[in-house]
Amino acid sequence: MPRISEIAQVCKSKNAGPFEVTIDVVFSDKAMFEAVKATNVLNAGLIARLYHVTPEDVLFTVYDAGNAFKATLPRRIPAGDIGDTDVYGAQQHAPLLDVEIPIDVKDLAGRTRRPA
Amino acid sequence: MPEFRLLSTSGLLGYGFPEESLKTGMAREPHMIGVDGGSTDPGPHYLGSGKCLNSKMSMKRDIALMLDAALSAKIPMVISSCGGAGGEPHLKAVVDIVRELARERGYRFKLATIHAEQSKAWVKQKLEQGEIAPLKAVPPLDSATIDTAERIVGMMGPEPYIQALDNGAQVVLAGRSSDPAPWVACATRAQLPSAPSWFAGKVLECGATASLPKGHDCLLATVQEDGVIVEAMNPIRKCTPMSVANHSLHENASPCYHIEPGGLLDTSNCKFDAVSDRAVKISGMEWEAKPYTVKLEGAELAGYRAITICGTRDPGLLSQWDSYLASVKDNIVTKARAFGVEPDQYKLIYRVYGRDGVMGDWESVRESRSHELGILVEVVGKTQEIANAVLSIARVNTLHVDFPGRLCKEGNMAFPFSPSDIEAGPCYRFSVFHVVRNVDPLSMFPIEYEMV
Repeated sequence: MPRISEIAQVCKSKNAGPFEVTIDVVFSDKAMFEAVKATNVLNAGLIARLYHVTPEDVLFTVYDAGNAFKATLPRRIPAGDIGDTDVYGAQQHAPLLDVEIPIDVKDLAGRTRRPA
Repeated sequence: MPEFRLLSTSGLLGYGFPEESLKTGMAREPHMIGVDGGSTDPGPHYLGSGKCLNSKMSMKRDIALMLDAALSAKIPMVISSCGGAGGEPHLKAVVDIVRELARERGYRFKLATIHAEQSKAWVKQKLEQGEIAPLKAVPPLDSATIDTAERIVGMMGPEPYIQALDNGAQVVLAGRSSDPAPWVACATRAQLPSAPSWFAGKVLECGATASLPKGHDCLLATVQEDGVIVEAMNPIRKCTPMSVANHSLHENASPCYHIEPGGLLDTSNCKFDAVSDRAVKISGMEWEAKPYTVKLEGAELAGYRAITICGTRDPGLLSQWDSYLASVKDNIVTKARAFGVEPDQYKLIYRVYGRDGVMGDWESVRESRSHELGILVEVVGKTQEIANAVLSIARVNTLHVDFPGRLCKEGNMAFPFSPSDIEAGPCYRFSVFHVVRNVDPLSMFPIEYEMV
Protein backbone atom coordinates (compact mmCIF):
# COMPACT_ATOMS: atom_id res chain seq x y z
CA MET A 1 0.00 0.00 0.00
CA PRO A 2 1.42 3.40 -0.90
CA ARG A 3 1.93 5.99 1.78
CA ILE A 4 0.82 9.62 1.50
CA SER A 5 4.49 10.65 1.10
CA GLU A 6 4.70 8.49 -2.04
CA ILE A 7 1.54 9.61 -3.82
CA ALA A 8 0.76 13.20 -2.74
CA GLN A 9 2.05 16.27 -4.53
CA VAL A 10 1.88 18.41 -1.39
CA CYS A 11 1.55 17.59 2.30
CA LYS A 12 1.89 20.70 4.44
CA SER A 13 0.80 22.43 7.61
CA LYS A 14 0.43 26.10 8.53
CA ASN A 15 -1.27 28.34 11.04
CA ALA A 16 -4.85 29.31 10.33
CA GLY A 17 -4.63 32.16 12.81
CA PRO A 18 -2.63 31.78 16.04
CA PHE A 19 -5.00 29.29 17.65
CA GLU A 20 -5.50 26.75 14.88
CA VAL A 21 -3.29 24.77 12.56
CA THR A 22 -4.41 23.61 9.13
CA ILE A 23 -3.04 20.60 7.27
CA ASP A 24 -3.40 20.08 3.51
CA VAL A 25 -2.84 17.03 1.37
CA VAL A 26 -2.95 17.84 -2.34
CA PHE A 27 -2.80 15.46 -5.32
CA SER A 28 -1.49 16.46 -8.70
CA ASP A 29 -4.03 14.54 -10.73
CA LYS A 30 -7.74 13.98 -10.49
CA ALA A 31 -7.56 10.19 -10.82
CA MET A 32 -5.27 9.82 -7.82
CA PHE A 33 -7.36 12.28 -5.78
CA GLU A 34 -10.56 10.42 -6.60
CA ALA A 35 -8.97 7.06 -5.78
CA VAL A 36 -7.76 8.34 -2.39
CA LYS A 37 -11.12 9.97 -1.72
CA ALA A 38 -12.93 6.68 -2.48
CA THR A 39 -10.94 4.87 0.25
CA ASN A 40 -12.27 7.35 2.88
CA VAL A 41 -9.05 6.82 4.86
CA LEU A 42 -8.49 10.56 5.15
CA ASN A 43 -11.17 11.89 7.47
CA ALA A 44 -11.69 13.80 10.70
CA GLY A 45 -11.31 10.63 12.79
CA LEU A 46 -7.85 9.89 11.38
CA ILE A 47 -6.68 13.44 12.07
CA ALA A 48 -8.11 13.27 15.59
CA ARG A 49 -6.15 10.06 16.29
CA LEU A 50 -2.88 11.38 14.83
CA TYR A 51 -3.06 14.70 16.67
CA HIS A 52 -4.66 13.60 19.95
CA VAL A 53 -7.78 15.75 19.61
CA THR A 54 -11.46 14.81 19.33
CA PRO A 55 -13.09 14.43 15.88
CA GLU A 56 -15.39 17.32 16.85
CA ASP A 57 -12.29 19.54 17.06
CA VAL A 58 -11.40 18.82 13.44
CA LEU A 59 -12.88 20.78 10.54
CA PHE A 60 -12.34 18.38 7.65
CA THR A 61 -12.93 19.46 4.04
CA VAL A 62 -12.70 17.42 0.88
CA TYR A 63 -11.84 20.15 -1.61
CA ASP A 64 -12.63 18.81 -5.07
CA ALA A 65 -11.64 22.00 -6.92
CA GLY A 66 -8.08 21.65 -5.63
CA ASN A 67 -7.74 17.84 -5.55
CA ALA A 68 -7.14 18.35 -1.87
CA PHE A 69 -8.04 17.28 1.65
CA LYS A 70 -7.90 19.85 4.40
CA ALA A 71 -8.03 19.47 8.17
CA THR A 72 -8.08 22.38 10.61
CA LEU A 73 -7.68 21.75 14.33
CA PRO A 74 -6.81 23.66 17.49
CA ARG A 75 -3.07 24.12 18.04
CA ARG A 76 -1.46 22.24 20.92
CA ILE A 77 -0.24 25.61 22.25
CA PRO A 78 -1.18 28.98 20.67
CA ALA A 79 1.42 30.34 18.24
CA GLY A 80 4.33 31.94 20.09
CA ASP A 81 2.97 31.25 23.58
CA ILE A 82 5.25 29.70 26.20
CA GLY A 83 6.08 26.13 25.20
CA ASP A 84 5.08 26.44 21.54
CA THR A 85 7.48 24.58 19.28
CA ASP A 86 6.42 25.90 15.88
CA VAL A 87 5.37 29.57 15.62
CA TYR A 88 4.34 29.29 11.95
CA GLY A 89 2.87 25.81 12.33
CA ALA A 90 4.83 24.79 9.25
CA GLN A 91 6.21 21.45 10.49
CA GLN A 92 3.20 19.66 11.94
CA HIS A 93 2.35 17.58 8.86
CA ALA A 94 4.75 14.65 9.33
CA PRO A 95 2.37 12.15 11.02
CA LEU A 96 0.29 12.16 7.83
CA LEU A 97 3.22 11.22 5.59
CA ASP A 98 3.26 7.60 6.75
CA VAL A 99 -0.49 7.03 6.47
CA GLU A 100 -1.08 4.11 4.12
CA ILE A 101 -3.76 4.38 1.45
CA PRO A 102 -5.26 1.07 0.28
CA ILE A 103 -5.06 1.66 -3.47
CA ASP A 104 -3.09 0.00 -6.21
CA VAL A 105 -1.01 2.73 -7.82
CA LYS A 106 -0.46 0.56 -10.91
CA ASP A 107 -4.18 0.81 -11.64
CA LEU A 108 -3.97 4.58 -12.01
CA ALA A 109 -3.16 5.05 -15.67
CA GLY A 110 -0.47 7.54 -16.53
CA ARG A 111 0.49 8.11 -12.92
CA THR A 112 4.19 7.97 -12.06
CA ARG A 113 4.82 6.88 -8.53
CA ARG A 114 7.13 9.24 -6.72
CA PRO A 115 10.24 7.71 -5.19
CA ALA A 116 9.86 7.08 -1.47
CA MET B 1 -17.32 44.95 -19.95
CA PRO B 2 -16.17 47.21 -17.07
CA GLU B 3 -13.08 45.96 -15.35
CA PHE B 4 -10.68 47.12 -12.66
CA ARG B 5 -7.02 46.17 -12.50
CA LEU B 6 -5.21 45.81 -9.16
CA LEU B 7 -1.46 45.27 -8.84
CA SER B 8 0.00 43.64 -5.73
CA THR B 9 3.76 43.84 -5.45
CA SER B 10 4.43 41.09 -2.93
CA GLY B 11 3.03 38.95 -0.14
CA LEU B 12 4.29 41.33 2.53
CA LEU B 13 5.77 44.83 2.61
CA GLY B 14 9.52 44.45 2.96
CA TYR B 15 9.79 40.93 1.52
CA GLY B 16 11.06 42.45 -1.73
CA PHE B 17 10.03 41.87 -5.33
CA PRO B 18 11.83 42.07 -8.69
CA GLU B 19 11.80 45.61 -10.10
CA GLU B 20 11.19 44.17 -13.58
CA SER B 21 7.92 42.57 -12.39
CA LEU B 22 6.69 45.95 -11.17
CA LYS B 23 7.52 47.51 -14.57
CA THR B 24 5.63 44.72 -16.34
CA GLY B 25 2.70 45.26 -14.00
CA MET B 26 2.68 49.04 -14.51
CA ALA B 27 2.66 48.53 -18.29
CA ARG B 28 -0.75 46.89 -17.81
CA GLU B 29 -2.07 50.23 -16.51
CA PRO B 30 -3.40 49.12 -13.13
CA HIS B 31 -5.94 51.35 -11.38
CA MET B 32 -4.29 50.83 -8.01
CA ILE B 33 -1.08 49.42 -6.59
CA GLY B 34 -0.72 48.01 -3.11
CA VAL B 35 0.82 45.54 -0.73
CA ASP B 36 -0.27 43.87 2.46
CA GLY B 37 1.96 44.83 5.36
CA GLY B 38 1.07 42.38 8.06
CA SER B 39 0.01 39.15 9.59
CA THR B 40 -0.32 37.42 12.95
CA ASP B 41 1.76 34.60 11.52
CA PRO B 42 5.15 35.58 12.99
CA GLY B 43 3.58 35.37 16.43
CA PRO B 44 2.56 37.74 19.22
CA HIS B 45 5.92 39.47 19.74
CA TYR B 46 5.31 42.25 17.22
CA LEU B 47 1.87 43.28 18.42
CA GLY B 48 3.08 43.09 22.01
CA SER B 49 6.41 44.88 21.63
CA GLY B 50 5.38 47.46 19.04
CA LYS B 51 8.26 46.42 16.78
CA CYS B 52 7.99 45.95 13.03
CA LEU B 53 8.33 42.51 11.50
CA ASN B 54 10.53 43.67 8.63
CA SER B 55 13.44 46.10 8.68
CA LYS B 56 13.13 49.77 7.80
CA MET B 57 15.69 49.24 5.03
CA SER B 58 13.67 46.50 3.32
CA MET B 59 10.33 48.32 3.74
CA LYS B 60 11.78 51.57 2.41
CA ARG B 61 13.15 49.84 -0.68
CA ASP B 62 9.73 48.36 -1.52
CA ILE B 63 7.81 51.57 -0.78
CA ALA B 64 10.22 53.71 -2.85
CA LEU B 65 9.61 51.65 -5.98
CA MET B 66 5.85 51.52 -5.41
CA LEU B 67 5.58 55.23 -4.67
CA ASP B 68 7.56 56.12 -7.82
CA ALA B 69 5.30 53.91 -9.90
CA ALA B 70 2.03 55.10 -8.34
CA LEU B 71 2.84 58.82 -8.54
CA SER B 72 4.02 58.68 -12.15
CA ALA B 73 0.89 56.76 -13.15
CA LYS B 74 -1.34 58.99 -10.94
CA ILE B 75 -2.97 56.00 -9.25
CA PRO B 76 -3.48 55.29 -5.54
CA MET B 77 -0.91 53.36 -3.54
CA VAL B 78 -2.31 51.51 -0.55
CA ILE B 79 -0.57 49.59 2.24
CA SER B 80 -2.62 47.62 4.77
CA SER B 81 -1.64 46.32 8.23
CA CYS B 82 1.40 48.59 8.19
CA GLY B 83 4.53 47.40 9.94
CA GLY B 84 3.24 43.88 10.56
CA ALA B 85 0.86 44.06 13.51
CA GLY B 86 -0.87 47.28 12.40
CA GLY B 87 -0.84 49.04 15.79
CA GLU B 88 0.16 52.68 16.35
CA PRO B 89 3.97 52.20 16.51
CA HIS B 90 3.88 49.96 13.44
CA LEU B 91 1.78 52.42 11.45
CA LYS B 92 3.99 55.33 12.51
CA ALA B 93 7.12 53.49 11.34
CA VAL B 94 5.67 53.15 7.83
CA VAL B 95 4.26 56.71 7.76
CA ASP B 96 7.75 57.97 8.72
CA ILE B 97 9.30 56.06 5.80
CA VAL B 98 6.78 57.56 3.36
CA ARG B 99 7.37 61.10 4.67
CA GLU B 100 11.13 60.55 4.45
CA LEU B 101 10.86 59.37 0.85
CA ALA B 102 8.66 62.35 -0.05
CA ARG B 103 11.24 64.72 1.44
CA GLU B 104 14.16 63.00 -0.28
CA ARG B 105 12.46 62.90 -3.67
CA GLY B 106 10.44 66.11 -3.57
CA TYR B 107 7.09 64.35 -3.94
CA ARG B 108 3.82 65.99 -3.02
CA PHE B 109 0.61 64.07 -2.47
CA LYS B 110 -2.35 63.69 -0.15
CA LEU B 111 -1.71 61.02 2.46
CA ALA B 112 -4.41 59.30 4.49
CA THR B 113 -3.43 57.45 7.65
CA ILE B 114 -6.03 55.06 9.09
CA HIS B 115 -5.66 54.04 12.72
CA ALA B 116 -6.62 50.59 14.01
CA GLU B 117 -5.62 50.60 17.66
CA GLN B 118 -8.62 50.50 20.03
CA SER B 119 -8.95 52.10 23.45
CA LYS B 120 -9.29 49.68 26.35
CA ALA B 121 -12.21 51.70 27.71
CA TRP B 122 -14.13 51.20 24.45
CA VAL B 123 -13.34 47.45 24.35
CA LYS B 124 -14.54 47.13 27.96
CA GLN B 125 -17.74 48.96 27.13
CA LYS B 126 -18.44 46.56 24.26
CA LEU B 127 -17.64 43.63 26.57
CA GLU B 128 -20.11 44.89 29.16
CA GLN B 129 -22.72 45.26 26.42
CA GLY B 130 -22.22 41.58 25.57
CA GLU B 131 -21.01 42.43 22.06
CA ILE B 132 -17.69 40.52 22.16
CA ALA B 133 -17.44 36.82 21.37
CA PRO B 134 -14.39 34.53 21.22
CA LEU B 135 -13.19 33.04 17.95
CA LYS B 136 -12.77 29.27 17.72
CA ALA B 137 -10.34 27.70 20.22
CA VAL B 138 -10.15 30.93 22.28
CA PRO B 139 -11.56 31.47 25.80
CA PRO B 140 -14.17 34.23 26.39
CA LEU B 141 -12.80 37.73 26.98
CA ASP B 142 -12.80 39.27 30.46
CA SER B 143 -12.02 42.68 31.83
CA ALA B 144 -8.66 41.64 33.35
CA THR B 145 -7.45 40.37 29.97
CA ILE B 146 -8.26 43.75 28.43
CA ASP B 147 -6.28 45.47 31.20
CA THR B 148 -3.17 43.31 30.77
CA ALA B 149 -3.05 43.64 26.96
CA GLU B 150 -0.11 45.67 25.70
CA ARG B 151 -2.29 46.85 22.85
CA ILE B 152 -5.49 45.86 21.06
CA VAL B 153 -6.09 46.43 17.37
CA GLY B 154 -9.29 46.11 15.38
CA MET B 155 -9.19 44.55 11.94
CA MET B 156 -10.79 47.03 9.58
CA GLY B 157 -12.80 46.20 6.49
CA PRO B 158 -12.88 48.13 3.18
CA GLU B 159 -15.03 51.04 4.47
CA PRO B 160 -12.27 53.29 5.91
CA TYR B 161 -10.22 52.82 2.71
CA ILE B 162 -13.23 53.79 0.60
CA GLN B 163 -13.69 56.95 2.64
CA ALA B 164 -9.99 57.86 2.40
CA LEU B 165 -10.00 57.38 -1.38
CA ASP B 166 -13.31 59.29 -1.73
CA ASN B 167 -11.62 62.16 0.09
CA GLY B 168 -8.89 62.26 -2.51
CA ALA B 169 -6.02 60.47 -0.78
CA GLN B 170 -3.43 59.21 -3.24
CA VAL B 171 -1.47 57.27 -0.67
CA VAL B 172 -3.32 55.32 2.03
CA LEU B 173 -1.43 53.79 4.94
CA ALA B 174 -3.57 51.78 7.32
CA GLY B 175 -3.23 49.86 10.54
CA ARG B 176 -4.50 46.33 11.04
CA SER B 177 -6.88 45.35 8.26
CA SER B 178 -8.58 42.31 6.89
CA ASP B 179 -6.07 41.34 4.22
CA PRO B 180 -8.43 41.80 1.23
CA ALA B 181 -9.83 45.14 2.52
CA PRO B 182 -7.81 47.67 0.44
CA TRP B 183 -8.35 45.72 -2.77
CA VAL B 184 -12.07 45.32 -2.11
CA ALA B 185 -12.31 49.05 -1.38
CA CYS B 186 -10.80 50.01 -4.73
CA ALA B 187 -12.78 47.51 -6.81
CA THR B 188 -16.16 48.16 -5.18
CA ARG B 189 -15.62 51.96 -5.47
CA ALA B 190 -15.37 51.25 -9.20
CA GLN B 191 -18.87 49.70 -9.00
CA LEU B 192 -17.67 46.12 -9.32
CA PRO B 193 -19.60 43.50 -7.33
CA SER B 194 -18.53 42.36 -3.87
CA ALA B 195 -17.98 38.67 -4.67
CA PRO B 196 -15.21 39.00 -7.30
CA SER B 197 -13.75 41.98 -5.41
CA TRP B 198 -13.33 39.95 -2.21
CA PHE B 199 -11.97 36.98 -4.13
CA ALA B 200 -9.42 39.23 -5.85
CA GLY B 201 -8.42 40.63 -2.46
CA LYS B 202 -7.89 37.16 -1.03
CA VAL B 203 -5.45 36.33 -3.84
CA LEU B 204 -3.73 39.74 -4.05
CA GLU B 205 -2.88 39.95 -0.37
CA CYS B 206 -0.34 37.17 -0.89
CA GLY B 207 1.33 38.67 -3.98
CA ALA B 208 2.36 35.95 -6.41
CA THR B 209 1.81 33.11 -3.92
CA ALA B 210 -1.02 31.76 -6.08
CA SER B 211 1.39 31.15 -8.96
CA LEU B 212 4.00 28.48 -9.67
CA PRO B 213 6.76 28.54 -8.62
CA LYS B 214 5.68 30.39 -5.47
CA GLY B 215 7.70 33.48 -4.67
CA HIS B 216 7.65 37.04 -3.39
CA ASP B 217 6.60 38.77 -6.56
CA CYS B 218 3.96 40.87 -8.33
CA LEU B 219 0.47 39.72 -9.27
CA LEU B 220 -2.16 41.48 -11.36
CA ALA B 221 -5.85 40.84 -10.74
CA THR B 222 -8.48 42.08 -13.17
CA VAL B 223 -11.86 42.28 -11.47
CA GLN B 224 -14.84 41.91 -13.80
CA GLU B 225 -18.61 41.69 -13.29
CA ASP B 226 -18.58 37.90 -13.38
CA GLY B 227 -15.19 37.00 -11.97
CA VAL B 228 -11.49 37.73 -11.62
CA ILE B 229 -8.51 37.11 -13.87
CA VAL B 230 -5.20 36.67 -12.06
CA GLU B 231 -1.78 36.67 -13.68
CA ALA B 232 1.76 36.68 -12.31
CA MET B 233 3.86 39.53 -13.69
CA ASN B 234 7.17 37.68 -13.66
CA PRO B 235 7.50 35.50 -16.80
CA ILE B 236 9.07 32.70 -14.73
CA ARG B 237 5.76 32.27 -12.83
CA LYS B 238 2.43 30.98 -14.05
CA CYS B 239 -1.02 31.03 -12.54
CA THR B 240 -2.69 27.72 -13.31
CA PRO B 241 -6.25 26.68 -12.40
CA MET B 242 -4.75 24.34 -9.80
CA SER B 243 -2.31 26.89 -8.34
CA VAL B 244 -5.13 29.39 -7.86
CA ALA B 245 -7.60 26.79 -6.52
CA ASN B 246 -5.03 25.59 -4.03
CA HIS B 247 -4.29 29.11 -2.85
CA SER B 248 -7.69 28.94 -1.10
CA LEU B 249 -6.12 26.38 1.26
CA HIS B 250 -3.41 28.80 2.43
CA GLU B 251 -3.75 29.87 6.09
CA ASN B 252 -7.53 29.38 5.99
CA ALA B 253 -9.52 27.05 8.20
CA SER B 254 -11.78 26.25 5.23
CA PRO B 255 -10.96 26.55 1.52
CA CYS B 256 -14.61 27.38 0.79
CA TYR B 257 -15.96 29.72 3.47
CA HIS B 258 -14.15 32.93 4.36
CA ILE B 259 -15.64 35.09 7.11
CA GLU B 260 -14.93 38.77 6.54
CA PRO B 261 -16.14 42.03 8.07
CA GLY B 262 -19.71 42.38 6.86
CA GLY B 263 -20.10 39.07 5.10
CA LEU B 264 -19.05 35.63 3.99
CA LEU B 265 -17.10 34.86 0.81
CA ASP B 266 -18.23 31.46 -0.42
CA THR B 267 -15.87 29.87 -2.93
CA SER B 268 -17.42 26.40 -2.93
CA ASN B 269 -18.87 26.79 -6.43
CA CYS B 270 -15.84 28.49 -7.97
CA LYS B 271 -14.72 27.59 -11.46
CA PHE B 272 -11.06 27.99 -12.37
CA ASP B 273 -10.43 28.33 -16.11
CA ALA B 274 -7.13 28.97 -17.86
CA VAL B 275 -7.39 32.03 -20.12
CA SER B 276 -3.80 31.57 -21.30
CA ASP B 277 -0.92 29.37 -20.22
CA ARG B 278 -0.21 31.84 -17.40
CA ALA B 279 -3.51 33.52 -16.45
CA VAL B 280 -6.62 32.08 -14.83
CA LYS B 281 -10.20 33.32 -14.66
CA ILE B 282 -12.10 32.48 -11.51
CA SER B 283 -15.89 32.73 -11.50
CA GLY B 284 -18.80 31.47 -9.44
CA MET B 285 -17.75 32.98 -6.11
CA GLU B 286 -20.56 34.29 -3.92
CA TRP B 287 -20.76 37.03 -1.30
CA GLU B 288 -23.37 36.80 1.40
CA ALA B 289 -23.79 40.00 3.41
CA LYS B 290 -23.88 39.41 7.19
CA PRO B 291 -24.18 41.68 10.23
CA TYR B 292 -20.98 43.70 10.56
CA THR B 293 -18.33 42.27 12.89
CA VAL B 294 -14.75 43.36 13.51
CA LYS B 295 -12.00 41.07 14.75
CA LEU B 296 -9.94 42.26 17.72
CA GLU B 297 -6.35 41.17 18.30
CA GLY B 298 -4.38 41.82 21.47
CA ALA B 299 -1.15 40.60 23.02
CA GLU B 300 0.03 40.56 26.62
CA LEU B 301 3.39 40.11 28.29
CA ALA B 302 4.05 36.43 29.05
CA GLY B 303 7.37 36.94 30.85
CA TYR B 304 11.06 37.41 30.11
CA ARG B 305 13.05 34.79 28.27
CA ALA B 306 16.62 33.51 28.50
CA ILE B 307 17.93 30.56 26.47
CA THR B 308 21.00 28.46 25.93
CA ILE B 309 21.80 25.97 23.19
CA CYS B 310 23.84 22.81 23.60
CA GLY B 311 24.15 19.25 22.34
CA THR B 312 25.21 15.83 23.54
CA ARG B 313 27.06 13.06 21.70
CA ASP B 314 27.41 10.70 24.65
CA PRO B 315 25.67 7.32 24.07
CA GLY B 316 25.50 6.63 27.82
CA LEU B 317 23.59 9.84 28.39
CA LEU B 318 21.34 9.30 25.36
CA SER B 319 20.37 5.86 26.71
CA GLN B 320 19.02 7.33 29.94
CA TRP B 321 17.87 10.75 28.77
CA ASP B 322 14.58 10.88 30.68
CA SER B 323 16.02 10.04 34.10
CA TYR B 324 18.99 12.34 33.50
CA LEU B 325 16.68 15.23 32.59
CA ALA B 326 14.45 14.62 35.63
CA SER B 327 17.52 14.74 37.85
CA VAL B 328 18.76 17.95 36.20
CA LYS B 329 15.36 19.61 36.69
CA ASP B 330 15.29 18.60 40.38
CA ASN B 331 18.70 20.20 40.87
CA ILE B 332 17.58 23.41 39.19
CA VAL B 333 14.47 23.72 41.38
CA THR B 334 16.54 23.15 44.53
CA LYS B 335 19.31 25.58 43.61
CA ALA B 336 16.93 28.31 42.38
CA ARG B 337 14.94 27.99 45.60
CA ALA B 338 18.21 28.39 47.51
CA PHE B 339 18.68 31.85 46.01
CA GLY B 340 15.06 32.75 46.65
CA VAL B 341 13.30 31.91 43.38
CA GLU B 342 10.30 29.60 43.70
CA PRO B 343 9.11 27.39 40.78
CA ASP B 344 6.00 29.55 40.27
CA GLN B 345 8.23 32.48 39.30
CA TYR B 346 9.55 30.83 36.14
CA LYS B 347 8.89 28.16 33.53
CA LEU B 348 11.74 25.83 32.63
CA ILE B 349 11.49 24.16 29.21
CA TYR B 350 13.88 21.66 27.61
CA ARG B 351 13.43 21.49 23.85
CA VAL B 352 15.16 18.34 22.71
CA TYR B 353 15.83 18.27 18.96
CA GLY B 354 16.28 14.70 17.79
CA ARG B 355 13.40 13.55 20.01
CA ASP B 356 10.36 15.82 19.98
CA GLY B 357 11.69 19.37 19.59
CA VAL B 358 9.47 20.06 16.56
CA MET B 359 6.16 18.48 17.56
CA GLY B 360 6.25 18.13 21.38
CA ASP B 361 3.36 15.99 22.61
CA TRP B 362 2.13 15.53 19.04
CA GLU B 363 5.29 13.60 18.12
CA SER B 364 4.39 10.02 17.17
CA VAL B 365 7.98 8.68 16.99
CA ARG B 366 8.89 7.97 20.61
CA GLU B 367 12.15 6.07 20.04
CA SER B 368 14.94 8.38 18.94
CA ARG B 369 17.69 6.69 16.96
CA SER B 370 19.85 9.78 16.67
CA HIS B 371 23.53 9.58 17.68
CA GLU B 372 23.33 13.12 19.05
CA LEU B 373 20.66 15.39 20.49
CA GLY B 374 20.33 19.16 20.24
CA ILE B 375 18.99 20.87 23.33
CA LEU B 376 17.53 24.31 23.71
CA VAL B 377 17.14 25.20 27.38
CA GLU B 378 14.61 27.96 27.94
CA VAL B 379 13.56 29.84 31.03
CA VAL B 380 10.68 32.31 31.02
CA GLY B 381 10.76 34.27 34.27
CA LYS B 382 8.57 36.90 35.87
CA THR B 383 11.53 39.26 35.52
CA GLN B 384 14.57 39.18 33.25
CA GLU B 385 16.78 38.85 36.34
CA ILE B 386 14.94 35.69 37.41
CA ALA B 387 15.11 34.24 33.90
CA ASN B 388 18.85 34.91 33.65
CA ALA B 389 19.57 33.50 37.11
CA VAL B 390 17.57 30.29 36.62
CA LEU B 391 18.98 29.78 33.13
CA SER B 392 22.50 30.15 34.48
CA ILE B 393 21.92 27.47 37.09
CA ALA B 394 20.17 25.31 34.46
CA ARG B 395 23.19 25.56 32.15
CA VAL B 396 25.59 24.49 34.91
CA ASN B 397 23.48 21.53 35.96
CA THR B 398 22.79 20.37 32.41
CA LEU B 399 26.55 20.32 31.92
CA HIS B 400 27.63 18.73 35.19
CA VAL B 401 24.88 16.56 36.73
CA ASP B 402 26.17 13.03 37.25
CA PHE B 403 24.34 9.94 35.99
CA PRO B 404 24.91 6.18 36.41
CA GLY B 405 27.84 4.85 34.39
CA ARG B 406 28.93 8.32 33.32
CA LEU B 407 32.14 8.31 31.27
CA CYS B 408 32.04 11.99 30.22
CA LYS B 409 33.08 13.18 33.64
CA GLU B 410 34.11 16.66 32.49
CA GLY B 411 30.77 17.66 31.00
CA ASN B 412 27.55 16.28 29.49
CA MET B 413 27.08 18.90 26.80
CA ALA B 414 28.85 20.74 24.00
CA PHE B 415 28.03 24.46 24.15
CA PRO B 416 28.75 26.23 20.85
CA PHE B 417 28.85 29.81 22.16
CA SER B 418 30.51 31.96 24.77
CA PRO B 419 28.63 33.51 26.39
CA SER B 420 26.35 30.51 26.27
CA ASP B 421 23.42 32.25 27.99
CA ILE B 422 21.32 34.41 25.68
CA GLU B 423 18.97 36.99 27.11
CA ALA B 424 15.97 37.01 24.74
CA GLY B 425 13.98 39.78 26.45
CA PRO B 426 10.22 40.16 26.95
CA CYS B 427 7.96 37.62 25.30
CA TYR B 428 4.26 37.89 24.62
CA ARG B 429 1.17 35.83 23.96
CA PHE B 430 -1.99 36.51 21.98
CA SER B 431 -4.56 37.25 24.65
CA VAL B 432 -7.36 38.85 22.62
CA PHE B 433 -8.63 37.10 19.49
CA HIS B 434 -12.32 37.93 19.49
CA VAL B 435 -15.01 39.51 17.37
CA VAL B 436 -17.00 42.57 18.28
CA ARG B 437 -20.55 43.00 16.98
CA ASN B 438 -22.76 46.02 16.37
CA VAL B 439 -19.98 48.36 15.45
CA ASP B 440 -19.63 51.14 12.96
CA PRO B 441 -17.13 50.12 10.27
CA LEU B 442 -15.82 53.71 10.10
CA SER B 443 -15.82 55.19 13.60
CA MET B 444 -13.53 52.46 14.99
CA PHE B 445 -10.86 53.49 12.49
CA PRO B 446 -10.17 57.25 12.49
CA ILE B 447 -8.57 58.72 9.38
CA GLU B 448 -6.05 61.58 9.32
CA TYR B 449 -5.17 63.50 6.17
CA GLU B 450 -2.08 65.52 5.37
CA MET B 451 -0.33 66.96 2.34
CA VAL B 452 3.08 65.35 2.29
